Amino acid sequence: MAAGVATWLPFARAAAVGWLPLAKKSMPKPPSDNKSRNDEILIVNVSGQRFQTWKNTLDRYPDTLLGSSEKEFFYNEETQEYFFDRDPEMFRHILNFYRTGKLHYPRHECIQAFDEELAFYGIIPEIIGDCCMEEYRDRKKENLERLAEDTEAEMATDAPLPPDSTSRERLWRAFENPHTSTMALVFYYVTGFFIAVSVIANVVETVPCRPPKGRVKDLPCGEKYSLAFFCMDTACVMIFTFEYLMRLYAAPSRCKFMRSVMSIIDVVAIMPYYIGLVMPENEDVSGAFVTLRVFRVFRIFKFSRHSQGLRILGYTLKSCASELGFLLFSLTMAIIIFATVMFYAEKGTKETNFTSIPAAFWYTIVTMTTLGYGDMVPNTIAGKIFGSICSLSGVLVIALPVPVIVSNFSRIYHQNQRADKRRAQQKIRLARIRLAKSGTTNAFLQYKEHGGLEQDRHSGSQALCVRNRSSFEQQHHHLLHCLEKTTNHEFTDEHTYSEVCMAESVGYRTSRSTSISSHQGLSTSCCPRRAKRRAIRLANSTVSVSRGSVQELDTLHIQKSSIVPQSRSSLNARTQDLKLNCDDTDFTAAIISIPTPPANTPDESLPSSPGIPSILRNSRQLGDCSGSFTHETVKISSL
Amino acid sequence: MGIQGMELFAVGVVIILFVAVLKQFGILEPMSMEDSSDSDLELSTVRHQPEGLDQLQAQTKFTKKELQSLYRGFKNECPSGLVDEETFKTIYSQFFPQGDATTYAHFLFNAFDIDRNGSIRFEDFVIGLSVLLRGTVNEKLNWAFNLYDINKDGYITKEEMLAIMKSIYDMMGRYTYPIVRDDAPFEHVEKFFQKMDRNRDGVVTIDEFIETCQKDENIMNSMQLFENVI
Repeated sequence: MAAGVATWLPFARAAAVGWLPLAKKSMPKPPSDNKSRNDEILIVNVSGQRFQTWKNTLDRYPDTLLGSSEKEFFYNEETQEYFFDRDPEMFRHILNFYRTGKLHYPRHECIQAFDEELAFYGIIPEIIGDCCMEEYRDRKKENLERLAEDTEAEMATDAPLPPDSTSRERLWRAFENPHTSTMALVFYYVTGFFIAVSVIANVVETVPCRPPKGRVKDLPCGEKYSLAFFCMDTACVMIFTFEYLMRLYAAPSRCKFMRSVMSIIDVVAIMPYYIGLVMPENEDVSGAFVTLRVFRVFRIFKFSRHSQGLRILGYTLKSCASELGFLLFSLTMAIIIFATVMFYAEKGTKETNFTSIPAAFWYTIVTMTTLGYGDMVPNTIAGKIFGSICSLSGVLVIALPVPVIVSNFSRIYHQNQRADKRRAQQKIRLARIRLAKSGTTNAFLQYKEHGGLEQDRHSGSQALCVRNRSSFEQQHHHLLHCLEKTTNHEFTDEHTYSEVCMAESVGYRTSRSTSISSHQGLSTSCCPRRAKRRAIRLANSTVSVSRGSVQELDTLHIQKSSIVPQSRSSLNARTQDLKLNCDDTDFTAAIISIPTPPANTPDESLPSSPGIPSILRNSRQLGDCSGSFTHETVKISSL
Repeated sequence: MGIQGMELFAVGVVIILFVAVLKQFGILEPMSMEDSSDSDLELSTVRHQPEGLDQLQAQTKFTKKELQSLYRGFKNECPSGLVDEETFKTIYSQFFPQGDATTYAHFLFNAFDIDRNGSIRFEDFVIGLSVLLRGTVNEKLNWAFNLYDINKDGYITKEEMLAIMKSIYDMMGRYTYPIVRDDAPFEHVEKFFQKMDRNRDGVVTIDEFIETCQKDENIMNSMQLFENVI
């Protein structure tokens, strides 16, 4: 019910006195009204701007925030006002809605901001008044389209393939986005070249060439060099067929692919050749065969895969279908009318060209499109008058739908331009966003590194390495830490993770052999080179633990046994380097964040160790430091 | 023949086009002008301001605050200060979405529009409300009688009552339980007349009406029902 109705309700109820003498049954009791009858002025403070209104005004819409008891949540006892921390400009419109019953959409505001405000105040956008509804709808649609484009652009194309895609998927990707791999790009250009060659050949073979010896008439080149042209045609069709079959194989949904426009164009482009092969050189049939050759020209449409502009044009025409339909309809009407009139006007003339109304169609079309070939010309005065009216009206009828089509094309074209620009800038934007995001993760990881997780062990030195954190950060880091403890896993960055993945695929093999045979020697002998390479890398590894930790997996394998003997001290020493105060290292299943083992260890001969069987990762307890890398506690799992 | 016919036609078309061009130049003024512009002015200047707050307070039994509140609501809905019958019908119909309230709204409108000028001013509105909500039982009964008496001649005839009754049953709409029978209004009117019409003369006068109502306990009790509406 509208706002006004609420105002009139007391009146309607009062008028019900008129029913009382007529009532058949006794009337029900009225609802008890315990809220205060006095209308009061409420103060609504929106970000400092005070709005005042009658309570009744707000009560008109009881299913919104301001009209219901929900606003009590925002009531400030000290200042006796309702405080909202929102945009005061927008609130003006919201309040006007209560006052007048009509919601208006401010044109200069962002549509999403407006929507959010409406959602906050519990007002549905459908009640926007008719005056502003169209504008609102248009802006909303535009916005949604843009967002859809954005998400499409994000999801599409240039993201790297998941590593476990089949060859079929890779092939499809190569076809759809040639920029992804060099092979695809090469293929793309090759097909483009052959399309061009094929089209040019089709054109050139009709050009008259000098006749061969013994002939007088000019021959079209196609007949003179028929073999050459035939070979070229065959080659092109081979390529096209091959491409089509490859696409068909790679397509994720073959039925959908077969129904798509591009594939139909492909088929139409290559069919004539095959039909020509199959058909006999019969005189009767060759007429039809010649017609088929016309379809070869459709190969030019294959260029639309290569050209963005062609696709836009096609899409524009599709989206302007109704305007084109209107143009066609109005032209047809006008043609019929004028043709009829011209025919009857010119009927009396001898030797006239206007032999019938359909014959007059040609004249009308030529005149209305202002072509004016002059092969059919009216002779009578009436004919000339009507002919001039015809040409004037032709200009009008054709000019009317054209701006619509043009504006459609312009809109789609600009959309595409925007999309391309956005895609180009997207990479930079994403990189920046990723940097910002990783800043937060890095903050946590760095914080961990610097031993901040340890409950103020060495609080003095802690202050040195741990940079100042806001209370928000502190709480956030605490939360992340709790999560780590819950799941017994640790956070790391993606670089480390990818290294671990690779290492694990290696380490799996080595450690499996280890677990089976429990011979350390095996592991080293399996991949001594790799270990050595890792070791060299280790020497250069920097403070950031995460970098080094992957190598540690393997080297730890190798030097498991050597941990206890001599490396303990060296390990200790290392801990001092890496972590300013601590000592604790957490082992997790995700990664091993133990400090980088020294460079020299892999080269040492490994003492035979008691076979460490299938190794489990375990999370170490905090504070269990300074070289207590005992075998029992250091367990590395092979996954 | 056909040729001359076409030429005549062509010449006719040329003349029409010529006239159209002349009109464009303003040489040939079209015949239909003067009427449309002025009529719009009249409607927009119709506005009404009510009497002063004190006078209204004297005429009605509302307090100042109540009058202020009422006027604010009224002015918000009808900025021109007048309610015409169509608007009144629309507003009243919104409360009875299931049925057709227009006929009853028409009667109600006439009951409020004391001076019968086709629109309700704020004074009429507030005076009517004052009677309904703050008036004595007699005043209320008087008002009800006035409502039923369509031609305001002091007598309620069976036809008038039937019209009122039908309009009330119309407000119920189709979907009722039990279904409204066609003769339900008529029956209701018969019952009403049996009760009210003492001297069986086929009409109910104001005295008969008030007397009968005062004797009926149900009616008297229900008169207090709507006192707390405002």
